Amino acid sequence: MFLGRSLNLDGPLLIALLALSGLGLVVIFSASGESWDVMTRQGIRLAIAWAVLLAAAQIAPGTLRRFSPHLFAIGVAMLVAVLMFGAVAKGAQRWLDLGVIRFQPSELMKLAVPMMIAWLLTRNRLPPSFTAILLALSLTLIPSGLVVVQPDLGTGIMLAVSGLFVVFLAGIRWRHIFMMLAVVAAVAPYLWSQLNEYQRQRILTLFDPWADPMGTGYQTIQAQIAIGSAGVWGKGWLQGSQSHLEFIPERSTDFIFAVFAEEFGLIGVVMLLVLYLFIVGRCLVMAYHTRETYSRLMIGGLALTFFFYLFVNLGMVSGILPIVGVPLPLISYGGTSMLTLMAAFGLVMGLHARRRLMT
Amino acid sequence: MATLGAYGSSDGDGHAVRQRIKIASFIALGLALIIFFRLYTLQVKEYSRYQTLSLGNHIRLQALAPVRGLILDRHGTVLAQNTAVYTLQVIPEKISNMGAMLEEVSQVVALSADEIKAFKRRVSRRPGFEKQLLKSRLTDEQAAKFAVNEYRFPGVTLEAMLHRDYPRGELTAHFLGYVGRISERDQTRLDPAAYQGVTHTGKLGIERQYEQELLGKPGFEEVEIDAHGRTLRTINRERAIPGDNLSLTIDIELQQVAREALGSRRGAVVAMDPSTGEVLVMASSPSFDPNLFVDGIDQKTYSALRDLKDKPLLNRALYGRYAPGSTIKPLFGEAAVKVGINPNERIFCPGWYMLPDSTRQYRCWKKTGHGAVDLHAAIEQSCDVYFYEMGKRLGITQMAEVLTQFGLGRQSGVDLPDEPSGLVPTAEWKRSSRKEPWYPGEDLITAIGQGYLMTTPLQLARVAALLANRGQSIQPRLLLQKEDALSGQARDQASMTEITDTALGVDPEGMERVIKAMTAVMSSPRGTARLSGQRSAYSIAGKTGTAQVVAIAQGEEYDESALREEFRDHALFIAFAPVDDPKIAIAVVVENGGSGAGVAAPIARQVMDRYFIKALKRA
Repeated sequence: MFLGRSLNLDGPLLIALLALSGLGLVVIFSASGESWDVMTRQGIRLAIAWAVLLAAAQIAPGTLRRFSPHLFAIGVAMLVAVLMFGAVAKGAQRWLDLGVIRFQPSELMKLAVPMMIAWLLTRNRLPPSFTAILLALSLTLIPSGLVVVQPDLGTGIMLAVSGLFVVFLAGIRWRHIFMMLAVVAAVAPYLWSQLNEYQRQRILTLFDPWADPMGTGYQTIQAQIAIGSAGVWGKGWLQGSQSHLEFIPERSTDFIFAVFAEEFGLIGVVMLLVLYLFIVGRCLVMAYHTRETYSRLMIGGLALTFFFYLFVNLGMVSGILPIVGVPLPLISYGGTSMLTLMAAFGLVMGLHARRRLMT
Repeated sequence: MATLGAYGSSDGDGHAVRQRIKIASFIALGLALIIFFRLYTLQVKEYSRYQTLSLGNHIRLQALAPVRGLILDRHGTVLAQNTAVYTLQVIPEKISNMGAMLEEVSQVVALSADEIKAFKRRVSRRPGFEKQLLKSRLTDEQAAKFAVNEYRFPGVTLEAMLHRDYPRGELTAHFLGYVGRISERDQTRLDPAAYQGVTHTGKLGIERQYEQELLGKPGFEEVEIDAHGRTLRTINRERAIPGDNLSLTIDIELQQVAREALGSRRGAVVAMDPSTGEVLVMASSPSFDPNLFVDGIDQKTYSALRDLKDKPLLNRALYGRYAPGSTIKPLFGEAAVKVGINPNERIFCPGWYMLPDSTRQYRCWKKTGHGAVDLHAAIEQSCDVYFYEMGKRLGITQMAEVLTQFGLGRQSGVDLPDEPSGLVPTAEWKRSSRKEPWYPGEDLITAIGQGYLMTTPLQLARVAALLANRGQSIQPRLLLQKEDALSGQARDQASMTEITDTALGVDPEGMERVIKAMTAVMSSPRGTARLSGQRSAYSIAGKTGTAQVVAIAQGEEYDESALREEFRDHALFIAFAPVDDPKIAIAVVVENGGSGAGVAAPIARQVMDRYFIKALKRA
């Protein structure tokens, strides 16, 4: 991997990501109803995402760290701008039209939030003081709150979690964690009252999808039928009746895992899980071996966030978590989240590759 | 520490973070195991159950869109209906070569460049499995031609759909609004379950205001499909419940008269029944064809409409903001009597007015002056000098009070979306929004309905109605009744609009004096609107108004012919009739029309004449 090393890349991670991208195209082809058009578009996005990964890996850790607050400030400003004059797509204001390109600042924040928190907490010795933790929490809640009101509850939660993971890794004391949990438990009833009717319905449906099989429970039930009817061996590629007869809603985006599971069965599902866990595990090992705290927090935080994405998506598709529009990382159709994830892996590789140059 | 400062502290913290990474790894592994067990349960333990479900899953649910309620005028004339039209629908992912398909289809059914552009835009924005509209409103001939050729175009289907249609077109465009395709912005506020199968939603006006009533409830159809997804038979059907039919208070015939009387001028006419607040006429000119918007208007036509200087899209009756001019003088007359000013006191009008300690001249519209005038003559002849004096005596606080009492500066509560409140200025308002003190001169110009005061034609019509009611308040409304479309039964009225019937704290004597003067406006030899009042079979009380659009400098003359049209005065008029038992109250605004008496009053007279002729015929 001489070339890889000179480009600040990481061989094992690179191979796993390549495998996942390839698998993603295969699943997209089936989920889109065998549309070459959709697959080509996804292929182009993948190519761009890989270019972004290569570029992100070249950013020097010191530079990244230095500009963390700047990027964060720009991101927050753009989120405010989106709320004021953003474009509306699929019912929420998420896009900022910059004339030439349309840009989704919440995606930028997925990187900027962990960067900011890691920067903040590494300014002093770890473990962080109580004040530092409060500051970190507030800084996390600003962008995630701005995203929630767009409204995009899923991404808002993801942003909050990406900041919390960094705080966790930085060594927040357990009693502080329990205090936070207590606060969350205390405000939960209020938050519940603030949810939209359809969001509440999604959570209630979780407990009993069959209560309203033709209404709110429909998505969950159809996805479970798809997964369950696959058995151990699956129905075979392009053979999933649930997906090809269009019983699965959003089958090429948020619910693509149901398509995969239906066609490839438990065998395929386990292999996919292993592949994902390998990626997460490899990143955590990289975080472990990195010397410098900022890099360690960043790599670890991004890896855990990636895992959290996976967990939430699989949980919602298999019916143990409420449906919050979170795509299956690197496989669901759509470009923006893929770009961000690949940029994150680029940063991870870059930070890890230059771990020795820093001290 | 310098290096630590640059990159964060290193090994001292390392151990703790590494510890946390280990803990996180274990937690992640645990969560992954949960997912694994969940999938294992589904795919192994409950496999046979789900397999059975999957095999039996040949039943698909299809939404049946409800039929939107009709909208009728008060006498049953249809204003909004649903007509069947043929449309071409395309499922993009079933088309291998989009360009070739469009090319071939257009040989059978002509497609315009705009239609193709709009179609391509929709396709690019939505997932490929979602059906998109290619062409709407095919003629019978086109539909027949395509039906014969349909086998050549897999993925393209001919579908009959109900299409919203506004038979009276531009006559009803403003108050009725229109429906349009559900946009992404709409999706945020609409409940997806209530809109299953529904493609359109009310965007403006009544269509928006009563969306819930008009919408109905979608039904569904369980159909059995084969392994290729083709429909075999319908198993179960739950009918959609059509939306309610709405009868409006509008009288479309009167609306037409008002519209024709306005002609090509810019302006608005609002008429209502003063005893109930039922709006009989809400006309705004110029107008537009709402049918253009139902299927999504193309950008070019829309920009052209939007950018027209005459602003046809604007509902002037509801959203137009005008200085009321002299039309509000009766309100100040009433207020003056109430605070104890003797209505018989005569004030001398030499044609101008000056405040003490100032050299600025405030002109009366009549250069030669009205001589000595009392309240009656001042309203009858619309003497500005008299009201300058009243303005000085009342002051802005008392003037604002009476204006607010008569519903200006606040919403009337009419059942149309986004009603503006207009503006009644006060000293506090000016201090907080303009950072300037209130000047005594502004009392004067407010007293003749100029300055910061802003009113809408609907508000002015309500002022006329409140005068007609001798201070009894009413809430204007457009909905007469809701009716169950299936049974034809009228729905409970009580819940619809609550009619407020509070009496304003008016002075009965002042009110009668003012109304007498307003009657003189129409009938005395010196009344400003005598030409519009003559030979009337019923008694009318009215008040003209002429609102300045540009300030005329000190010592300069207002010369209509020298001013560009858009700077000419707005013509206004309010009236009600008959004086003793009012049946109709009306307000007319004609932008840059010149004088209220010359332009606005004749329009009101035409509408009122038609109203009474119709009433006679019915009787």
